[in-house]
Amino acid sequence: MTSTRPTLRLNPVVAATRILGVGSVRPERVVTNDELAQTMDTNDEWIRERVGIIERRFAGEDEKLVDMAVTAGSKALADSGLAPSDIDSVIVANCTMPSPIPNAAAQVADRIGIAASGAFDLNAACAGFCYALGVASDLIKAGSAGRTLVIGAEKLSDWLDKTDRSTAIIFADAAGAAVVGPAEQPEIGPVVWGSAGDLVDTIYMREHKYLYQEGQAVFRWATTQIAPIALRAIEAAGLQPADIDVLIPHQANLRIVEAIAKRLRASGGRADMVVADDIIYSGNTSSASIPMALDHMRAAGRVHRGDVALLVGFGAGLSYAGQVVILP
Amino acid sequence: MADVSNEEILKGLGEIVEEVAGVAADDVSLEKSFVDDLDIDSLSMVEIAVQAEDKFGVKIPDDELANLKTVNDAVEYVSKNG
Repeated sequence: MTSTRPTLRLNPVVAATRILGVGSVRPERVVTNDELAQTMDTNDEWIRERVGIIERRFAGEDEKLVDMAVTAGSKALADSGLAPSDIDSVIVANCTMPSPIPNAAAQVADRIGIAASGAFDLNAACAGFCYALGVASDLIKAGSAGRTLVIGAEKLSDWLDKTDRSTAIIFADAAGAAVVGPAEQPEIGPVVWGSAGDLVDTIYMREHKYLYQEGQAVFRWATTQIAPIALRAIEAAGLQPADIDVLIPHQANLRIVEAIAKRLRASGGRADMVVADDIIYSGNTSSASIPMALDHMRAAGRVHRGDVALLVGFGAGLSYAGQVVILP
Repeated sequence: MADVSNEEILKGLGEIVEEVAGVAADDVSLEKSFVDDLDIDSLSMVEIAVQAEDKFGVKIPDDELANLKTVNDAVEYVSKNG
């Protein structure tokens, strides 16, 4: 008997991808620095000087991570002009679900009305959105996914020791989302990513209860190691620092954002490059911060369709990822 | 750091502190405390350490940084470890 080994069919190749729409949501409740000063040794001036935050939002008890993800995802879908039936995959980047099971993505897909979607969560902490955007873009190019909803959603307020001023003044709740799909021309550059697991002890959940962060160590890492990653992402896209119109780093701390911008400008970045500062009124919302900053900057008219934007996320792991995108 | 005098380290440190924290370089004298006299916070100390590492070719890890209370502590550390 002769046997013919079967061969698998090649997927049709999608050459390029782009962002088709974005959306975001913050909880209603505004938490001021003065309010936080009631439960810990800090004050408005101290917080503004160290992290650049004026206020942030905390979700209520009945407002879950999944709820925010659904709202942000629905807004991104509306912005793209597509229907739920046009989407076949959902990725939710997050690191603050109440428990490891179930994940967020399957519920989010169901509630938005995306039927039998490929759905999974991705945890790269504050780098999560850039990781998920890179994964989505490559899944589409490989033919594994069609149009994909990429969401970063966090409820960090559930994981804060409200007496610890090294974390409780920084982190907050929100969700941001982007619809990603095939394109004629590439509008999402290659992702440049990596990790520094030797620094794992600098950000972690203490007693599976409270987020702990070694501020100085993380600050040193972020202000020295992230700009080189950003430059690699620019190079991977075949561009120069001077081509970047908009810089959207993870909104970790305004001083880290400014340090990254300063280093990019010292490497040829333009003085008039628009730099995201959404942290001022949103706090650090981990994987939600980049898509939410983009959404807010678009709404405010600070950025426009066709602008060349550099996204770069970094956080617990430690993990980092960045890519250049053309704004929708 | 055999080839750099303590005066030169102090001068270089003063320039770094001025750039990072906006404190006039002339105010950065040996007896001053970074936190109490020069009003420099823990994150600015990291930025100063990073620039001092580049300038003087020393390593200043965070746990060592915590021991550098005064400008003199920093000058001595650079002098010994450079």
